[in-house]
Amino acid sequence: MIHLDVKKKLHGSSGDIELNVNIGIQEGEFLALAGVSGSGKTTLLRILAGLEDARGTISVSGIPWLDASKKLPPQHRKIGFVFQDYALFANMSVEQNLLYVKKDKELADHLLQITQLGELKNRMPNTLSGGQKQRVSLCRALMNRPKVLLMDEPLSALDPQMRTKLQHDILSLHKEFKTTTIMVSHDPSEIYRLANRVIVLEHGNIIQNGTPKEMLLKTKGSQKFTFKGELLDIIKADVIFIAVVAIGQQIVEVVLDANEAKSFKIGQNVNVGTKAFSPSISHC
Amino acid sequence: MSELDFEPFLLSFKLAGITTVILFIIALPLSWWLSQTKNRFKPIIEAVVSLPIVLPPSVLGFYILFALSHNSPLGAFFEETLGIKMVFTFSGLVIASVFYSFPFMVQPLQGGFESLNKNMLEASYIAGKGKIATIFNVALPNIKPALITALIITFAHTVGEFGVVLMVGGSIPGETKVASVAIYEFVEVMDYGSAHIYSAIMLAISFLVLLGVYLFNQHQNRKFGVHV
Repeated sequence: MIHLDVKKKLHGSSGDIELNVNIGIQEGEFLALAGVSGSGKTTLLRILAGLEDARGTISVSGIPWLDASKKLPPQHRKIGFVFQDYALFANMSVEQNLLYVKKDKELADHLLQITQLGELKNRMPNTLSGGQKQRVSLCRALMNRPKVLLMDEPLSALDPQMRTKLQHDILSLHKEFKTTTIMVSHDPSEIYRLANRVIVLEHGNIIQNGTPKEMLLKTKGSQKFTFKGELLDIIKADVIFIAVVAIGQQIVEVVLDANEAKSFKIGQNVNVGTKAFSPSISHC
Repeated sequence: MSELDFEPFLLSFKLAGITTVILFIIALPLSWWLSQTKNRFKPIIEAVVSLPIVLPPSVLGFYILFALSHNSPLGAFFEETLGIKMVFTFSGLVIASVFYSFPFMVQPLQGGFESLNKNMLEASYIAGKGKIATIFNVALPNIKPALITALIITFAHTVGEFGVVLMVGGSIPGETKVASVAIYEFVEVMDYGSAHIYSAIMLAISFLVLLGVYLFNQHQNRKFGVHV
């Protein structure tokens, strides 16, 4: 069980904010940390890792990591950290990167096998692709069998296919090691797939705390599905109006009546949903 | 033209070798600290470290000469308590060279450490490694070009020093008469033949040393990517 109650002044791009977070995290939980940039997510992760100072207390399984009198250095916290930019040791091979953390060849081989990196173990980091580097980084973070695994937007620099592959790896490693995990992420599908709880930070404070299902499924009442999108255009076609909405990379058209057309402004964010009949999914 | 005596060159290389080793030991912790600290006194320390680059060698030589002579408490301590005479000796020359070449060791190392990805160092701390293990296993191996530059340039710069050496060491054969001083003396006695040969040797050595550094750095850049 992790108890965390920390405060810290942050000098962000949007002025000074006060990070003020008080949460409890159960052992084995997979917590996603979301929120706009500058809300304090990365700082919170770094405070947990002992890389940044803060006021307050942190205790992990009854051991104090931070209190008024002392701060346990990162060396003694037994954590794993996956950086957004991988941060692999450029002078060491894949296998050496893992063994530097702990001389446990059996565990290193096992981790490299799960993540399908076995054949690359003698390669140097600069010869690997982004996805391969991040898998090495993930394996390295687990080498000391950490109590807490911290991941700072680990997949944001990767293409969608590689993301899915790594999400799968993260999930299987989490199932096997049952490491309490905190991951900063912006990607709803990633959060839904991996996390059992989501915390949303805004200006340094927790504004939402719940399961991904509660927080990410936006349908209300009898709505069958709903998508967030941006209203690109409203076109008049005879007596009706057609709204053109961009949802992710897709453009869709929705029919509006004259009153509805008046109530929307081009450029605003809208939800596209349906109530009257069940949606169907077809192959694409 | 007198018969060529290579002792001044050997003395130059001995002086440069000892100076480089001492400076590496002193400069490594200092340059690491400078690269990591946010201390507000950092600019003052950086300015002091860089002084020998801009000071006339005669100014530096004069102060060191004064500090090491029996007129100063330091010089008196060495001479009376330890029985070591520092002025016009090889030991005094080593001390003078350490001051003179200090920035040439500190600056490349500091620059190298500053260019390292901070996350990489933090990953090492998180892996349970202390600062010393991190410096030797992660930081130094990843700044090889800066490390080689610091060592070679310090060595070469010490071989090339003249003003400070002349003031602190004088020109005692086998003790303080290094190659650069020997050339000066050949010119003074109008033995241009020997001066030519000595100068040509110095020129060739200096060029080869610098060429070696740049070839190595080019090779490293190709191997590790441009950011190293």
